[in-house]
Amino acid sequence: MKTLMLGNEAVARGLYEAGCSFVSSYPGTPSTEITECVAKYDEVYAEWAPNEKVALESAFGASVRGKRSFCAMKHVGLNVAADPLFTISYTGVNAGLLIGVADDAGMHSSQNEQDSRHYARAAKVPMLEPSDSAEALAFAKLAYELSEEYDTPVFIKMCTRVSHSQSVVETGERVLPAQKPYEKNPGKYIMMPANAKKRHPAVEERTKALTAWAEKTEINRIEPGQDQSVGIITSSTCYQYVKEAFGDTYPVLKLGMIWPMPVQKIKDFASTVEKLVVVEELDAFIETHCKNLGLAVTGKELFTEIGELGQNLVKEKLGGTVRTGEALSEEIPARPPVMCAGCPHRSLFYVLKKLNLTVLGDIGCYTLGAVAPLNAIDTTICMGASVSGLHGFVKAGDEENAARTVAVIGDSTFIHSGVTGLINIAYNESNSTVIILDNSITGMTGHQQNPTTGYNLKGDPCTKIDLESLCRAVGIQRVRVVDPYDMDACQTAIQEELAVAEPSVIISRRPCALLKYVKHPGPICSDPEKCKGCKACMKIGCPAISMVDGKVKIDTTLCVGCGVCEQLCKFGALG
Amino acid sequence: METKNIMIVGVGGQGTLLASKLLGRLLLTKGFDVKVSEVHGMSQRGGSVVTYVRWGDKVCSPIIDKGQADCILSFELLEAARYTEYLKPDGRIIVNSQQINPMPVIAGAAVYPEKLEEKLSALAGNVDVLDALSLAEKAGSSKAVNLVLMGRLAKHFDFTDEEWMDAIEHSVPPKFLELNKKAFELGRCENT
Repeated sequence: MKTLMLGNEAVARGLYEAGCSFVSSYPGTPSTEITECVAKYDEVYAEWAPNEKVALESAFGASVRGKRSFCAMKHVGLNVAADPLFTISYTGVNAGLLIGVADDAGMHSSQNEQDSRHYARAAKVPMLEPSDSAEALAFAKLAYELSEEYDTPVFIKMCTRVSHSQSVVETGERVLPAQKPYEKNPGKYIMMPANAKKRHPAVEERTKALTAWAEKTEINRIEPGQDQSVGIITSSTCYQYVKEAFGDTYPVLKLGMIWPMPVQKIKDFASTVEKLVVVEELDAFIETHCKNLGLAVTGKELFTEIGELGQNLVKEKLGGTVRTGEALSEEIPARPPVMCAGCPHRSLFYVLKKLNLTVLGDIGCYTLGAVAPLNAIDTTICMGASVSGLHGFVKAGDEENAARTVAVIGDSTFIHSGVTGLINIAYNESNSTVIILDNSITGMTGHQQNPTTGYNLKGDPCTKIDLESLCRAVGIQRVRVVDPYDMDACQTAIQEELAVAEPSVIISRRPCALLKYVKHPGPICSDPEKCKGCKACMKIGCPAISMVDGKVKIDTTLCVGCGVCEQLCKFGALG
Repeated sequence: METKNIMIVGVGGQGTLLASKLLGRLLLTKGFDVKVSEVHGMSQRGGSVVTYVRWGDKVCSPIIDKGQADCILSFELLEAARYTEYLKPDGRIIVNSQQINPMPVIAGAAVYPEKLEEKLSALAGNVDVLDALSLAEKAGSSKAVNLVLMGRLAKHFDFTDEEWMDAIEHSVPPKFLELNKKAFELGRCENT
């Protein structure tokens, strides 16, 4: 049956059809829907793990035990999973093991623009790169065959435009392979030096064998063109841009496997064209390979390493003409993302700003506390860096510095990798104050459950990790809970914890305003008679509040009645 | 046939994804090759959001580039203004007259441009402005803006009632079906 599927949904379908039985992932845009979609198949066990390292190691365990397994992550998540990755490359697999990784060129929802293809080469793990949903489905199935035939984990590498584009797929039936028996095999699975030394040559031989496969596989295909003056090597969504720009004008070598790359096939292709061009997003990965083969090739001198490409850019850079539409002559104000009306993070950040604290931030919706008018965050690096960074920041300064600095981190991010930083704070005794913004969900990626919510990926009730107990268990004596809507209570708690000469954790607890079970009182009214136009309510950056002709106006389609602005109005104009 | 391109633009949370889901379903049923490219993640938090809908015999790129949109369907006035460069010379803009102030405007750091409806009309030949929010409220919910705009879009495309209704039925929850159908009709019938 033909259906329209997101690239991520198609990967999930491919996993299902290939008989994948175990999935463990950590959410991250643009990879999240792979795991959400595969969880809808009852035949597949699927879970959210606390982080990507745990997810990959769990998937590896399931593979060793004999079930086809999978884990998904975004590009930066692969940094977290890199430790097991490099050694699982040595052990290989029992049943097939796939790793889905989704890059975010253009940084639609990411803190950097790293190119995950480098991991395939560095860890010597083959990587397939689909260019649309049909390929995403087909490649997921093919990847399991490769994984088992060549005894290797295999990457399915996605990007925002493949992950989040719907295109037509034809679905098939699920074929469940027999579970492979687990047999004890220390030489293969115990990577101590004596064994690993024997495995490394096997990895190098495997890459050679996979290179030979890359020469003959149909997923690395040459599409003939009418004009041999230019020949284009490309992959992923860039292949689609090339076809959109030029149709079958120029011959194209379309790479479905981006690592290892063929050698002879590329040389043969190059010999048939006058000018060899590589069209790829982010780094010069294919281009460098071509240069290593001694080929004259043009790539990054035409196509930027920064951001996304598109059909217009491809066409222009290769001599075509592009006609764009007309822009309005005046300045169009930007529309950056903002915290939602009723967001429990807003009032907490207002208090932090009011107290003029240095705030080490983390990854999640609350990163939006960094933008105007709150401007309440000093650093954002990666998952967990707020807590560990705070420890260093406090140790490197004096007592006054410690009393003016906090870390903020979400519930899911804290479990992901904040808790290890907190252990460091307790163990190495820094006078740090950590605020856990517990909104009872993984917010930014679209409401995924996590170990603190009491529900699993399938939506079933499960063990709920108690944050207070966890913080105490790792050695923090001072743990307290506040309601972020109560700004006076927040301020008192923060000031008291900053004043004491020992580490403390404040849990700012209120569920995300967008959660279905959260009931709000409904929009408040503004009283123009009482409003003095002092703009105190404007300092919280609520999208539901604006000033019209010097008086406050509430957008009743957005306002949920959280009551935070009412606490700021001294004239009773809101309520 | 040549590939057709619709850009759906708006503010994160306005329901643009449902509109693209509905349109994708309709076009697939008609036997076209279809690509729908969405935005997830951070921009869904009240940011500027864009969805590309493309269909034809064979669609390659998932995105619409500048100068390629046959139609910009905008859920908000400023967002239509933001993307005019994407319009084809003879392209059409369908725009909800609703204004949602972005944070820089709310914070006083920028000004919401005045008379955008006139400026858009001066720029593009085919500009269809409607108060989709009022029509949605008339249908029963301010959240049905997306179906009002779908209705207006339907005026300009040659698909049958049955095809639209099938797509609506497959895209909205059953308990909101009547409301959404009403919103669709209001969008389609309302004169500009």
